[in-house]
Amino acid sequence: MVGVDGTGTKSSFLKARNLDKIYYRGEEEIHCLSGLNLDVEKGEFIAFMGPSGSGKTTLLNLLGGLDKPTRGTIFANGIEITSLSENMLAKWRSSNVGFVFQMYNLLPVLTAYQNVEIPLLLTSLSKKEREEHVLLAMELAKIVDRRNHYPSQLSGGQQQRVSIARAIVSSPLFLFCDEPTGDLDRKSGDEIMDLLRSLSKQLDITVLMVTHDPHAAEKSDTVLHLEKGILIEGKPLR
Amino acid sequence: MKFLFLLAANIKRKKIRTFLTLGSYFTAFLLFGLLSAIKSAFNQGVDVAGANRIVVGNKTSIIMPLPISYMEKFFELNGVKNVTYASWFGGYYKDPKNFFAQMAVDSYTYFDVYSEFKIEKNQFLDFMKDRQGCIVGKKTAEKYGFKIGDKIPIIASVWGGVWEFNLRAIYTGTKPEDDLTQFFFHASYLEERRPWGKGMVGWYIVEIEKPELAFSISREIDSIFSNSPYETKSDTEKAFALGFVKQIGNIELIILSIGAIVFLTLLLVTSNTMELSVRERSAEFAVLKTIGFSDSLLYFLTISESLFYSFMGGSLGILVAKLFTLKGDPTGGFLPVFYISMNQMVLGFLLIFVFGFLSGILPARRVYKLRIVEALGRI
Repeated sequence: MVGVDGTGTKSSFLKARNLDKIYYRGEEEIHCLSGLNLDVEKGEFIAFMGPSGSGKTTLLNLLGGLDKPTRGTIFANGIEITSLSENMLAKWRSSNVGFVFQMYNLLPVLTAYQNVEIPLLLTSLSKKEREEHVLLAMELAKIVDRRNHYPSQLSGGQQQRVSIARAIVSSPLFLFCDEPTGDLDRKSGDEIMDLLRSLSKQLDITVLMVTHDPHAAEKSDTVLHLEKGILIEGKPLR
Repeated sequence: MKFLFLLAANIKRKKIRTFLTLGSYFTAFLLFGLLSAIKSAFNQGVDVAGANRIVVGNKTSIIMPLPISYMEKFFELNGVKNVTYASWFGGYYKDPKNFFAQMAVDSYTYFDVYSEFKIEKNQFLDFMKDRQGCIVGKKTAEKYGFKIGDKIPIIASVWGGVWEFNLRAIYTGTKPEDDLTQFFFHASYLEERRPWGKGMVGWYIVEIEKPELAFSISREIDSIFSNSPYETKSDTEKAFALGFVKQIGNIELIILSIGAIVFLTLLLVTSNTMELSVRERSAEFAVLKTIGFSDSLLYFLTISESLFYSFMGGSLGILVAKLFTLKGDPTGGFLPVFYISMNQMVLGFLLIFVFGFLSGILPARRVYKLRIVEALGRI
């Protein structure tokens, strides 16, 4: 079960305690997150909603190890990621986390296949093994037939599928999605959400997603609202 | 190796920019190669100068002569192995533009002292038997199509008239930097025909037993002839050759200055190009960091990209320069030894590495310091 009051079990799969994030704009302090707590169990699909500037992306950045909190701790699968060095954090991300962005963020000079292969370059897999993993991930993301296309030759929905394949190719424990349907039409958005949902269950990945779209949020197990830097538990949608 | 396709994709990204960057390196290192060859040409005398040879000239100027009678006195000095002499002739073959160095030498001793010049025994004997005989370097012989037995008319700028010589021998060298353009004939023939300056020679070359004796013997020679009508100035052959080069100007400084300006410009241009390229790709680097690429790995990849440009462009530049110098002197006689030595090639490749690395440092540092959340606009 998801918890936001800081009383979750010691063994929570993802645990954040007293998270503060302050940004500085000149002399001005901007409190983005204030004493935020979160407990997530393995395999859950959580959607974060909230108005613009409420700190959703900042929270995703912290949980995904892209940024460090001003105060507080985050434990992911028992590892305190807030105490890791930059290099260790990069290593942790490479083997534990997949990211899906609103704008896909594929490398335009690489084919779909090569984009998906990138995370595996950091492993000791052979070329042949990498190929097997890449094709499997593309198969799961239903984009294998477009493997030799460049991003500019793909539609938004297809690019997002490539992005998802890249995110899952190294079998991560967590999938962080920032507005994965934000740049897609309703039909493509639904398809992407269905894909994320099925991958979450099929691969037992814990998914944390930021969205503005209630329709997309409906596909998650739990919706959490972020307001003024703290999380408010929403009603489970499923 | 597995990151190569990333590197290749980035290089193909902007073909014109890649071409221009490679072109910058190519031009700079082509120039480096050619300047090295020119420097070699000017320093040729310095490079081949024997450490065991002292050149004795007139203290007033190298163009002033010394009496032939000095020769015997040199032989009396301890540590002296052999002595020879030479005189500048200063003529041309048919046309003033057909210039090569001609020297009247003591035929009995000159080629013993300059043992690096290789002459076939029979040809040398023919030369010794012919009062008007001459020996020509292989390059000059090839250039003008001289063959053994040919009569070679030389128009004497200093002494006047046409002097006819019989080509009796062609010499070769033992090292690539040996000057194979010279023309030697008997000093006795000069002595016989010239209207003035009889009993005088241009300069002496004193071969010594050990290089470490050069300083003491030089001082001894100069002290013997001090306060005489023909005071001497003795120096090692290397110092003598350097002095000769410096009469033209400080060639090395000029070449170094040109080279430094070219390479500084190259560094600024390529650094700027790399910086632009990296800045354009900030979001992509941020994505790679998100995926798990460490700061140091991306630093390495950025430096590798910079090194790729320098190696591809620079190597091609040096290679083309080398091929160009293989054709020999492009000036028709002004640069008799025109080649890029192995040392200069190695220096060139070292510079390629250094400039590739330096061009990549600032862009790589930018990548290293790049923060994911800022580069992706995720704040």
